[in-house]
Amino acid sequence: MSLATTPGTADIHCPVYHHDLPALRFLACGSVDDGKSTLLGRLLHDAGSVPPDALEAARRASHERGLGDLDFSLLTDGLLSEREQGITIDVAYRYFSSGHRRFILADAPGHARYTRNMATAASTSDLAILLVDARKGILPQTKRHAALVHLLGVRHLVVAVNKLDAVAWSEEIFDQVKADFLAFAKTLGIESADFIPLSALEGDMVVHRGAHLPWYEGPTLLETLERAALEDARAQGAFRFPVQLVRRHGGERRYLGRVASGTVGLGDEVVLLPSGGKAKVLALELGGAPIPRAVAGQSIALRLDEEVDLPRGGLLAHPTAAPTATRAFEATLCWFGEAPLDRRRRYRLRHGPAETHAQVEDLAPIAGLDGPRDTPDAALETNGIALARLSCGEELIADPYDTHREGGAFLLVDEATQAPVAAGMIRRTA
Amino acid sequence: MTTMLTMTTTTAPLTHLDLLEGEAIHILREAVAQCARPALLFSGGKDSAVLLHLAVKAFAPSPLPFPLLHIDTGHNYDSVIAFRNQRARETGAQLLVGHVEDAIRDGRVVLQHPLESRNRHQSVALMDAIRSHRFDALFGGARRDEEKARAKERVFSFRNEQGSWDPRGQRPELWSLYHARPLPGEHVRVFPISNWTELDVWRYIAREGLELPSLYFAHEREVIRRGALLAPVTDLTPPAAGERPERMSVRFRTVGDITCTAPVASTASTVEEIVIETLATAVSERGATRLDDQTSEASMELRKKEGYF
Repeated sequence: MSLATTPGTADIHCPVYHHDLPALRFLACGSVDDGKSTLLGRLLHDAGSVPPDALEAARRASHERGLGDLDFSLLTDGLLSEREQGITIDVAYRYFSSGHRRFILADAPGHARYTRNMATAASTSDLAILLVDARKGILPQTKRHAALVHLLGVRHLVVAVNKLDAVAWSEEIFDQVKADFLAFAKTLGIESADFIPLSALEGDMVVHRGAHLPWYEGPTLLETLERAALEDARAQGAFRFPVQLVRRHGGERRYLGRVASGTVGLGDEVVLLPSGGKAKVLALELGGAPIPRAVAGQSIALRLDEEVDLPRGGLLAHPTAAPTATRAFEATLCWFGEAPLDRRRRYRLRHGPAETHAQVEDLAPIAGLDGPRDTPDAALETNGIALARLSCGEELIADPYDTHREGGAFLLVDEATQAPVAAGMIRRTA
Repeated sequence: MTTMLTMTTTTAPLTHLDLLEGEAIHILREAVAQCARPALLFSGGKDSAVLLHLAVKAFAPSPLPFPLLHIDTGHNYDSVIAFRNQRARETGAQLLVGHVEDAIRDGRVVLQHPLESRNRHQSVALMDAIRSHRFDALFGGARRDEEKARAKERVFSFRNEQGSWDPRGQRPELWSLYHARPLPGEHVRVFPISNWTELDVWRYIAREGLELPSLYFAHEREVIRRGALLAPVTDLTPPAAGERPERMSVRFRTVGDITCTAPVASTASTVEEIVIETLATAVSERGATRLDDQTSEASMELRKKEGYF
């Protein structure tokens, strides 16, 4: 049964306008068994976002499986194949509203084997809830998830210290987890994080404050989610328009694509890459209707004032703030392939609509993480993360991932299986 | 970035629906760029009506670069089929129809009884159409908020030569970087409105002024109460012995095979009234309307492994 198709009944008294605002996309991650399913079930339940039929189904399943009246983890219960093993394999996306804000939750697997699916969830998130079991503290998988979330550029990190009920609601233990995490986070370059003590089982500090944590004065988890700033960095960046398709109609040539960052208006001068030529914007259309200006996130058709050669994979950019074209660059590489990286092999590289082939030249470990050394035979195994130097068959029009997510992100694909084997974030071009 | 480059904009910030539309059109175009022979699954239902509208917007003013495909169970409401044909005419798209009847007639689908729901058997006719037209990509209007197997599915979801979905071996799908190439024999199902909720769909229908089959709006109909569900009384779904039909105002939240979609009690007769009702409704869409998802906790997951959409 699906969860939270629609907000709870209380919502009808709220203005509809909050449904117009962009949703906060967040993920929940952490080591396996740290209580993530229970926390998310509790969050959705206490926020009034579980439809009565789904609640009834979870109660029924709790009884059938001898788990008491209501096991909150069953509210986010997964597939048969997952239930057999009692773990989450893949990301489940859930949509809910608290009455103040809409959320798109990516419920990510904790098991190390499915790190690729956790990265899938993190790549589109604005915020991450990292779960820690207060009894166990920071585990290797906690560190890996923190690192991935940070490297993938998730702006807001919330460390939820769970199972405070199992440690007598101890402030000392909470403070210890916090100190341990901060010490580790520093080595990775994580600048800030929020810490919330809570109990998914009892509900304290998830949606309601509860009675057991009087020493904690910060916001609850839901309040943190509602207040997190949703700055649209893409709209503020310099104009980037990767060309997905070129279409001819009635003698006119249209470039189809989604504005990746910034804005563009009629008459604006743009630079065409990789050729480097310049042209002016003659027309902008959305769904066939003319518009005066387009902003990041809109999928449009664009016409230029002259006939130019700009195929799929080309890019239109702001003339004085254009990205560089390069065949070699440095990137963070997260390896997902079942087989380790083979540095003798060429992989297909997908970067926006552009494709080429690439080879990994050098590898180096990332500070704060275990990783390969830079030796000629260094390997990058499944779920490994490293700094890599790559060279490509053709020039890539790339931005650093820090400043332009879309322009700095790429995939490596094994052409024998057509499976993406690595996600890359460009650090430096040249 | 210097302030000079941060161009000031007079445009209003994008709304949630604007962003969903931008994402859906990007997905549609990406599949067309990477796949040789795509088609769009169009049943005349509200989700596929939204999908078709987005596809038209993605390629306007050029015509749609792919045909429409409908897998007809033979148990559809006439008004929905009429709407399907009307939209195909209006968009100038080629409409291909695969018939479950054909597979029943030649014995590859054997029904348990003549009135058994044919919903599940669509998989056979769908795979027939995929093979005979050599489609390598199919657009569908499925949404992740509908059901928990859908909630786990990628936007680009690969199926093997039998049409099966392998939930344990999905390709990683980061950012909006979609690698759409199937292996030989595989094809990809593409879901551009994955991230839309039922409410988003209705608000978009209102915003864009989209037409829908009349079944979606409140009308008087004979129904039978079965538990929490209302079963429509039709030639295919007659009352069982002892059941007493009632006449009431209902509307359909989903429209599919007559034998497995149930209406809900409602007096909402305009899109705006449906938006308001959807805001207030607590029961999930499939929970209220799908007779076929009630059979077991994992009905959808099992059907998808068989090649169902």
